[in-house]
Amino acid sequence: MTTLELDRIAGCAEPAQHAKNQQIEPLRERGQREVFCGLTGIVWLHRKIQDAFFLIVGSRTCAHLMQSAAGVMIFAEPRFATAILEERDLAGLADANEELDAVVQRLLARRTDIKTLFLVGSCPSEVIKLDLKRAAARLSAQYAPDVRILNYSGSGIETTFTQGEDACLAAIAEQSPAETSEETSLVVVGALADVVEDQFARMFEEMGVAPVRFLPARKSAEMPAIGPNTRYLLAHPYLRDTAAALEERGAQRIPAPFPLGVEGVTAWLKAAADAWGVPQQTFDDVTAAPRARGARSLERYRAALAGKRAFFFPDSQLEIPIARFLARELGMKLTEVGTPYLHRAHLSEEIEMLPDGVQLSEGQDVDKQLDRCRDLRPDITVCGLGLANPLEAEGLATKWSIELVFTPIQGYDQCADLAELFARPLLRRERLTV
Amino acid sequence: MKLAVWTYEGPPHVGAMRVATALKDVHFVIHAPQGDTYADLLFTMIERRDARPPVTYTTFEARDLGGDTAEVFKRAVRDAVDRFEPKAAIVGASCTAELIQDDPGGLAASMGVGVPVVPVELPSYTRKEHWGAAETFYQVCRRLVDPELPRASASNGGKPTCNILGATALGFRHRDDMTELRRLLEDVGIGINVIAPLNAGVDDLRRLGAADFNVVPYPETGETTARWLERDLKQPFTKTIPIGVSGVRAFLKEVGDIVGKDMAPSLSSNLPWWSRSIDSNYLTGKRVFVFGESARAAAIARVARDEMAFEVVGLGGYNREGARDVRAMAKELGVDPLITDDYLDVEARIAELQPEMILGTQMERHIGKRLGIPCAVISAPVHVQDFPSRYSPHLGFEGANVLFDTFIHPLVMGLEEHLLGMFREDFEFSDEAGPSHLGHGAAKAATASSAPSPAAEAPSAEEIVVSVPEAAQEAATAEPAAAQPTTDDASDVAWSWSADAERELKKIPFFVRGKARRNTERFASDHGVTMITVDTLYDAKAHYGR
Repeated sequence: MTTLELDRIAGCAEPAQHAKNQQIEPLRERGQREVFCGLTGIVWLHRKIQDAFFLIVGSRTCAHLMQSAAGVMIFAEPRFATAILEERDLAGLADANEELDAVVQRLLARRTDIKTLFLVGSCPSEVIKLDLKRAAARLSAQYAPDVRILNYSGSGIETTFTQGEDACLAAIAEQSPAETSEETSLVVVGALADVVEDQFARMFEEMGVAPVRFLPARKSAEMPAIGPNTRYLLAHPYLRDTAAALEERGAQRIPAPFPLGVEGVTAWLKAAADAWGVPQQTFDDVTAAPRARGARSLERYRAALAGKRAFFFPDSQLEIPIARFLARELGMKLTEVGTPYLHRAHLSEEIEMLPDGVQLSEGQDVDKQLDRCRDLRPDITVCGLGLANPLEAEGLATKWSIELVFTPIQGYDQCADLAELFARPLLRRERLTV
Repeated sequence: MKLAVWTYEGPPHVGAMRVATALKDVHFVIHAPQGDTYADLLFTMIERRDARPPVTYTTFEARDLGGDTAEVFKRAVRDAVDRFEPKAAIVGASCTAELIQDDPGGLAASMGVGVPVVPVELPSYTRKEHWGAAETFYQVCRRLVDPELPRASASNGGKPTCNILGATALGFRHRDDMTELRRLLEDVGIGINVIAPLNAGVDDLRRLGAADFNVVPYPETGETTARWLERDLKQPFTKTIPIGVSGVRAFLKEVGDIVGKDMAPSLSSNLPWWSRSIDSNYLTGKRVFVFGESARAAAIARVARDEMAFEVVGLGGYNREGARDVRAMAKELGVDPLITDDYLDVEARIAELQPEMILGTQMERHIGKRLGIPCAVISAPVHVQDFPSRYSPHLGFEGANVLFDTFIHPLVMGLEEHLLGMFREDFEFSDEAGPSHLGHGAAKAATASSAPSPAAEAPSAEEIVVSVPEAAQEAATAEPAAAQPTTDDASDVAWSWSADAERELKKIPFFVRGKARRNTERFASDHGVTMITVDTLYDAKAHYGR
């Protein structure tokens, strides 16, 4: 199969037709939001970074959120916990810093394998203006060099869902060692499933793009150094603050769509390959087989999904790239594509690729959005866990958006897995006779 | 500040949500940031409710803090009342809004929204979920109950009626318990006036006063209201939890005393015969640790001792409200009561006691998995799989049947237990594979052959996918105390294990190995033995019995 044929299958971008998308004005609403806060990112981050521990400084609600969102999935002891603020902390009867020191000491004594401790701010800690940055600096000095203590905020008054990962990675990027090498290095930014990371690492190596490092790394000691010779490639669309922190250190972004779907993965890899001056032939040699495999794997799902109408409630900020994939590679129709936050600078390539007439929405008034969804009666609705069963009960097929975050979906060999997540609810409804 | 790995109770506003969601035509407007909307999934996912909880969150953001968050709240109340047209509204604040002190109750009262508005104070930094549920139910009742209503029994020929108070949304087996209690009470000639808050409407709440007395099966959520009704409407209430056969009988006796009649139920339970059936012999003296919601844990301990002939080696509860029950029962049992909501304390106590089974909550299932001890869930907090599709009450006579099954399900059955003791080296049939009727255990043990960790209960499919590799890995790296080689790390330990004795200990099936180790070490300490040999092991066995 030639590259041209692959492009046709994958429906590669035709910029001229889509330039007008930049003018798309999203619907902006203000009302009740139904999205997790940034603390939830800890659920995957604490497994990704194997020697990190996340200590939320917050309320009983934060602890309850974490175990409700994650508890059903985690039987191994989690590498996260909550320092629950109590009345005496708020009334100033207890010195918050002393209390925090005691909690950190108990924790680190119990888990000597921990190399990085994140103090994670929450809504209450932000409102009472607990200075966790200073606390982190103080504790870092105390526990250096064994344990590094960083901080970020996952509070729901400032962050939604995946923005927690953004804040965490930004904290790592700010404190990462300075890149001293004269050699240009690539940093892939965003927590990816280990299997996906390994696939990308292999392909970059085969193309001769090197050195490549990943942020976050699996071990604290392996976090990439950052400097003016760093070029970075975002793996996720929700990393605004991390990108800013990297730019602050002199790193430069390689603009690209996101590595979802055959087309997205190809464009993403190509962006890096071009930055490294990889010859087209080499690029094709490395990517042709997995591209063909990815395209082939989508065929059966295209049959099931083509023409089906999808509606996205805002959740992870992955909505726009995923919608682009559904529309262009699976032939699905997009109704409304909601996102909690629309970062145009990082999404401009993606927005270009969206089909005409798609309704974007940013922010949320959940009751009004539910009204629109009910009116449109989409074939599949992507929404959070709080909305899924109620919509199913109303006869609408749903896809829990959280699965899109907890499943390896990036990369050629995961394209079909992503498609399958959308096909399964429809298939299930077809099969059930009760 | 308090370090929490897992929590036993959510914040008080989640308790308020459980009441609002249980009621039929109220709406709860909560001043809270967007992250707090996670609580919806407790109801829609864990309990599998088919509708959103009737809750509106204001979802204020950082940028609102400098401006007018009170206006955000008022708009949310107005919109919610217009859209959902409830017969009453509840208003309150979650932990973050409590800090900004907008006074939701005062704001809502000043708005005149056209329906009764019940403000609830939910102090997040001192109180917890059950308290929040109890308080919300009480405040709603105080606002809505008609205090002038005559007793129904005055006009129905004297048939006594009662309310059943405290069942909520997300309650552990509350749905089925209500069916069972209704059946039990009707069987002895007691009419049911209202069950609340579960599935009660505002109009139902208004007529709570028509009952002669109240039944309070869940004191943690129902007792505050019951006490108020006792004081103001002179309705007595029951204190016995109708759990286990003896619990149900004691409850019926209490009801009989209230209405002045002997209760003669036509219903009964299979439990007494199932327990006397000789196949149950192996249950005798099984060492169990009981932990859960305090009042419930105390009641379960009694069932475990009196109706299963288990030996209750430890008892505890996580909420202070029912702590008195736990202390009284622990005294009767001669064990140290453990009143704590610190998961790590509970884990430490279980590791120390080495019970053969845990009767606990979802959290103790985590502990059980780590320590290789089977666990049956008898109390909230619970998991999606603790909301079974089948009829499965824990209260009443049918509840006693369910309890019997629940208690024996995770155990290795009698004859199998003997065979495992006899043929320790059979590669296909070993104790490490777990009970043979729980098929997945074998596969698990195969992946981590050194891990004596039979799964506590059959995990659901998604659990297998997500948790097994981790659990196996965890078990392989962190050796549970039961299998720890040589001595304890405490420095004052005066004995050590010989290699032979250590090997001999491993021949004892895992479910009694912990006890054998403890007994042997205690024997060694008491008798000044410094090197534990095979003989010491058997001397201790002779000394303590099985």
